[in-house]
Amino acid sequence: MTATTHSPLLSEAGQAVERHWRELAGRRRLYTIGGIVFMVLAMSGSLWFANESNAGKFFDRLPYLFDFVGQMMPRDGWEIWRALFDLPSPYDDGSLKYNYPDGRIYLTETLYLPEYFYKMLETINIALVSTLIGFGLGFVLCFLAASNLTTRRWLRFFVRRFMEVLRAFPEIVIAGFFLAVLTIGAVPAIIAVSIHTVGALGKMFFEVVENADMKAEEGLRAAGANWVERVWFSIVPQVMPNFLSYALLRLEINVRASTIIGAVGGGGIGEALRLSISRTHEAKTLAIILLLFCTIVAVDQLSAWLRGRIVGKQAFEFGRGG
Amino acid sequence: MTEIEANAIAARHADVFHRPLMERLRGVIIITAIALYMVFAWWFFAIGQVISNGNWDIAGSYLADWVSYEIRPDIEYDGDALDVSFPRFSPLGSDPRPEWLTTETAMVERRVAASAAAGNATGGATSGAGFLGSLDAEPAKKEDGGFLGAMAPSSTTTESPGTEAEAAPQAPATTREEAVVSADISFGGDTHIRVQPGFVTVTHRGETLELDIEERVSVNARGPLPEWASQRAPGAKVIVRFGFAGRAEIEDDEVKVRRRFIGWENFFFDTRSPYWDMSAGEVLGTIFFGDRIEADRSNLSLAWNNFVNNADWQHGDVWLKLLQTIVMAFAGTVLASMLAFPLAFAAARNIMPNRVVNQVLKRFFDFLRSVDMLIWALFFTRAFGPGPLAGISAIFFTDTGTFGKLYSEALENIDDKQREGVRSVGAAPASVQRYGVVPQVLPVFLSQALYFWESNTRSATIIGAVGAGGIGLKLWEAMRTNQDWENVAYMVILILLVVFVFDNISNLLRQRLIGRQP
Repeated sequence: MTATTHSPLLSEAGQAVERHWRELAGRRRLYTIGGIVFMVLAMSGSLWFANESNAGKFFDRLPYLFDFVGQMMPRDGWEIWRALFDLPSPYDDGSLKYNYPDGRIYLTETLYLPEYFYKMLETINIALVSTLIGFGLGFVLCFLAASNLTTRRWLRFFVRRFMEVLRAFPEIVIAGFFLAVLTIGAVPAIIAVSIHTVGALGKMFFEVVENADMKAEEGLRAAGANWVERVWFSIVPQVMPNFLSYALLRLEINVRASTIIGAVGGGGIGEALRLSISRTHEAKTLAIILLLFCTIVAVDQLSAWLRGRIVGKQAFEFGRGG
Repeated sequence: MTEIEANAIAARHADVFHRPLMERLRGVIIITAIALYMVFAWWFFAIGQVISNGNWDIAGSYLADWVSYEIRPDIEYDGDALDVSFPRFSPLGSDPRPEWLTTETAMVERRVAASAAAGNATGGATSGAGFLGSLDAEPAKKEDGGFLGAMAPSSTTTESPGTEAEAAPQAPATTREEAVVSADISFGGDTHIRVQPGFVTVTHRGETLELDIEERVSVNARGPLPEWASQRAPGAKVIVRFGFAGRAEIEDDEVKVRRRFIGWENFFFDTRSPYWDMSAGEVLGTIFFGDRIEADRSNLSLAWNNFVNNADWQHGDVWLKLLQTIVMAFAGTVLASMLAFPLAFAAARNIMPNRVVNQVLKRFFDFLRSVDMLIWALFFTRAFGPGPLAGISAIFFTDTGTFGKLYSEALENIDDKQREGVRSVGAAPASVQRYGVVPQVLPVFLSQALYFWESNTRSATIIGAVGAGGIGLKLWEAMRTNQDWENVAYMVILILLVVFVFDNISNLLRQRLIGRQP
């Protein structure tokens, strides 16, 4: 900028302002440059460390990446459909790779549910059950954590810390523990995802409750209602749309989470995907990825549509509370 | 309020007091539907069956293992004498003499050949197989192999060729020697077990259980069993449980004692370290004032080395893996936001007028986001091998999609006046974006990146378990063996600590960037 050329014309006060502005701009630039240098150093250090401690080095393994993509190409495009709908394959040699019809789940004599659809339904059910459980418990806990409803400081503190621990506790550990106690299957996944959901939803819920309009509550208080009545008739109707919308958001996240927990032994589609990728069953892998992709898109769209109907065009930061 | 007034109010607000039937029943219908669905889920996942088949006995022990450890001496009957042995990797070191286990010795006659054979049969209950090994002989329905098949029925009493057998004279002869004839194990309080050849006394809560042992034949109680003792069949082994303090199995050939202590055993130094079993003061004294333990390095460096390479806790490795997880989240998030930044400008309708480019980019973001992080993680694990590179790539791919979507939405919602102002003074298109758009969206962008940095630290733990490296994989390995639950607790605490610290850093930075939020 050419601000300097005008400086002789400025009054003394003007020069002071100019000087001050210069100082501020200079400091700002210094911070920006310092931040960038720090980020560059941290990033290069991180990437170097990641590369060093990885089993294969990035540039050594890069050609294999493309090999691997090539390996993932099925023998013909129809194989994906056959794997997806459990139709017999012309390449069937008795190995696990082409035994698509083996996984059929027969509902009647002839009508069957393809294996991966069944597994996908299992995963969706895990997510749905966990979201419902999390919604129920989070609903109960959130009123105890809200400062406008719970006056006992110690109770609020305790409930909030409890929900924080539930939220931050790694799901994988809960899943692993219950996999050891129960057997491999969906129940450990449900428990793990539910516990996390209680914490995550509880936190969002109590923030909503704290922003609720307290006039209705005052009215009920004046009429002599007890705590439960006040919460149920004055707060719940206000916050319910937001609660539902957060729960739907959580459902989207939980579908992904239950897929991941599935891959470590929680059953469902995640496990099928892990097995087929590790055994290089290309058609099966692509079929599962396709199915998973379509399901996630469908769940996201459905949830976005429902949320739009419930709370209108109010925007939400998705992924909040991860 | 009279009845007339009340009726008048009801008449004025007919829509509130006489709602349609559907609207009144809606709550009931929804709750019924949810209840029915839960019943369906109960049946679909066989929840009742799974929970009742669960190995809840083991669950208690696993949970106790998080904060405590067991010492497992075995006391074997050997004719008129007893043989006390500890597992090879006992937390008490190679020659444990705990004060809660007192023995009395006397001169007894022993057949040497027999004692050599019997002496070797003990001592095999290594810490590797010990805990589950003691249980696999129990109820047959316990499917220990259920958890990824990691726990094969372990052989508790591995016969190992000992040195004693070679040293002992081969001819069967009787000698008189000093041997243990009585052992007393205290479980704290009034609870203790007294083992003598052929006779075991257990005292707990004021009750005393006397057991006659016919060696290698049967165990018989004198009188009825108290409620803390159990026996599956007459003559079979007797299990006595003392709650948290531990348990013991009195078999017809040995007494297996499991004594539980609170705390993390050998957290700083393992039994091979010269610093093992020293108090904190002694360790500090040795480090700063003691003579060199090893001539070629200082005591401090030796202590550090022993601590980091602690065989039980593997501090060095755990920290390295934790750093990997942190790096995965950091590098993945930064790379993703760096790539999403320019792409979001091209995807925003109000900045890039080309609709085709907008739509293609937006669908591309949706694709990256909807192909789950798990799929990317599995895919890159196969491609790069297990390690943080796979994790970075997975987070990078997923979050490029997420950031692209969020950033382009933020760009589409900007205030256009600022841009018009910059354009009206004749700025070049790049300058219009730089001075008209970026200042509005940069704080939002950065704050979203910080949000995801924190949440990715958690995600990185989970995808680590499927092979993407970091602490997740380490946790998973520790859980799979089913006996390192104290290590799991240690790692969980570290993870919680890191998440807590990052949460606070990210909140602090966000508040500075976009001002204090309610």
